[in-house]
Amino acid sequence: MAARLYRAGGFVADDWLLLGDEDAVPETGRLILPLARFLELAGAGRSEPRFAVLVKAHEDPQLLAPHLAGLTLVAVAFEKFSDGRGYSTARLLRQRLGFTGEVRAVGDVLLDQIPLMRRVGFDGFAVSNEPTIRALEAGHDVDVPLYLQPSERSDEVPAGARYWARRPSGAQLS
Amino acid sequence: MYRYDEFDAHFVSARVEQFRDQVRRRLAGDLTEDQFKPLRLMNGVYLQLHAYMLRIAIPYGTLDARQMRRLAHIARTYDRGYGHFTTRQNIQFNWPRLKDIPDILEQLAEVEMHAIQTSGNCIRNVTADHFSGAAADEIVDPRPYAEILRQWSSLHPEFSFLPRKFKIAVTGAPHDRAAVQVHDIGLQAVRGADGNIGFTVFVGGGLGRTPMVGRKVRDFLPEEDLLAYSEAILRVYNRYGRRDNKYKARIKILVHETGLETLKADIEREFEEIRGGVLDLPQAEIDRIVGYFAPPELDAGADDEAFERAVAADPALAAFAECNVHAHHGAGHASITISLKPVGKAPGDATAEQMEVVADLAERYGHNEIRVSHEQNLVLPHVRKSDIPAVFAVLVGAGLGDANAGLVTDIIACPGMDYCALATARSIPVAQRISERFASLQRQRDIGDLKIKISGCINACGHHHVGHIGILGVEKKGEEYYQITLGGSADENTSVGEIIGRGFSYDEIVDAIEKVVDTYVDLRSDPAEDFLAAYRRVGDAPFKEALYGSA
Ligand code: SF4
Repeated sequence: MAARLYRAGGFVADDWLLLGDEDAVPETGRLILPLARFLELAGAGRSEPRFAVLVKAHEDPQLLAPHLAGLTLVAVAFEKFSDGRGYSTARLLRQRLGFTGEVRAVGDVLLDQIPLMRRVGFDGFAVSNEPTIRALEAGHDVDVPLYLQPSERSDEVPAGARYWARRPSGAQLS
Repeated sequence: MYRYDEFDAHFVSARVEQFRDQVRRRLAGDLTEDQFKPLRLMNGVYLQLHAYMLRIAIPYGTLDARQMRRLAHIARTYDRGYGHFTTRQNIQFNWPRLKDIPDILEQLAEVEMHAIQTSGNCIRNVTADHFSGAAADEIVDPRPYAEILRQWSSLHPEFSFLPRKFKIAVTGAPHDRAAVQVHDIGLQAVRGADGNIGFTVFVGGGLGRTPMVGRKVRDFLPEEDLLAYSEAILRVYNRYGRRDNKYKARIKILVHETGLETLKADIEREFEEIRGGVLDLPQAEIDRIVGYFAPPELDAGADDEAFERAVAADPALAAFAECNVHAHHGAGHASITISLKPVGKAPGDATAEQMEVVADLAERYGHNEIRVSHEQNLVLPHVRKSDIPAVFAVLVGAGLGDANAGLVTDIIACPGMDYCALATARSIPVAQRISERFASLQRQRDIGDLKIKISGCINACGHHHVGHIGILGVEKKGEEYYQITLGGSADENTSVGEIIGRGFSYDEIVDAIEKVVDTYVDLRSDPAEDFLAAYRRVGDAPFKEALYGSA
């Protein structure tokens, strides 16, 4: 089934179209392009505000460095939820490259991984898993809202006296 | 000892609730087994041959009497009255029911314990020298650093789905009792020229199918860089470690395939980006954590006299003193190894009653401290020497008085066919039979220091590669076969043992081991030359000859 986009505490409409490796680029509409195609088009001088990028697990987000200022969305693919490379991708996008647009997890996105994903910088979740959608709709939070790593999220605040302890500034999901 | 503050207490109980909810969703069908598996593993819940197994973290092997009593209670209430201490300083219960596990975790949380990251493809429980804070040869107590790493790695958002498990060990003494060079990251504390503390860093050690000794990536990593550098290593591993084959997924393979120099450069480049940020350890924070591990107040008047008199009068105590009593930095004090290797028993097992005896002893004579060693024994780190005769008497009464620490019957064995679903051979019964063969303490003492390690399959949980004598159980045409390796070691001169020749059947293996041992005794230059030294001197030829005759 089609994925539904979860952002800032609720499901929202989404008009971004995920383009396959072989699909022709339509003339209109917002498109998420595979990294190689995006770079190819950009190299040919075609960068449009309606373009976003999909970074796969093995791909290097640093290739996007020169283009990030023109992007509002970078999607990170989780082909399998157990492949953790996307977490590093998101952190590099946020921490190293300073990307401030939406970082969206797409693919095998599951309830129990969403809290971890939020902490490395994801703020959009394209969810297809039924039980996950149901739980999110019901506001079922599965986070342990106490963190032992300082992170770059601005909505985490120091917890108590310990140097690296953090907690969410609001108790709200996402 | 580290004490939970309010934050830690909330953290572990929130974690228990999280797991309770995950179990509920699994039972309701919202989580498939495939999706549930990494979640339960990160809470120490394994599916074994007959049942679930729960592995509880004992961070760097340190616990107190109250915690030990709680483990005894869990053994009695939810298991079959015993627990099994592991080579990673943890404890495993082999028979809990899945539905009881959230309750067990809640009981653990009450005494500041948990099962977080004792399994799964994440950063595992950090281990350390079992004589930390006590050993006479220690440069610095490694446990504060292990604790700092434990906190940083707990539910790390970026590193919870690594290519494979990731193990870190820290030692603070030049004689490495924590086997740091067979860990994914091994840290050996050193003092720099200016007196500052730092670490020699090894990466990519590990056993398993492809045993490798860790490679040195840093001679001196300043202590304030510990987390930034660890994060750099982990990020490089998370991004580039192989995920196509679980047997090639450990960082040792990445080191091997990428090449040490290239990988070192990758790590350093990543480190350059990370350092100077929020992961730099402020001295005040290090000091605060170090404060938790302040040495106990030892009796300043303690001396050796009474102990030496008792030893002279009692040969059994003398034997215990020789093997199980270890040099302490405090005058008139010692650390004591409590052997969990009585002849004929499963290595590392302790009954609930035995756990309680150890808890009582720790309280009465040991400043309320207990350690679990990676050799699957228990340790009372701080005991007044004059109290040792009394402690020894209690241990003997509880079936814990074996004076065999470091001797041929102090065998490490993985669970093997008795419990483990991956096993290809039995390993515990082999350990039992070997210890029966060498039951005479006189003979064991004559043989001297000798580490036998047994694994029930190629995954090498029994660390056979680094046993002076290693035994690997394999399956051949439906039968158990045992391969012998010689010359392995996991100290500061780590080496991987070499296979001596064709394997032996279950019936033959004990005779074969005895032949190896007798051969050593015959050829050693003098009784002080231990097995490993003799093997390194003469090589494998005499042992081959003894086992297989001349070719
Ligand atoms: S070495 Fe093999 S048999 Fe032994 S515990 Fe590990 S996986 Fe199981």
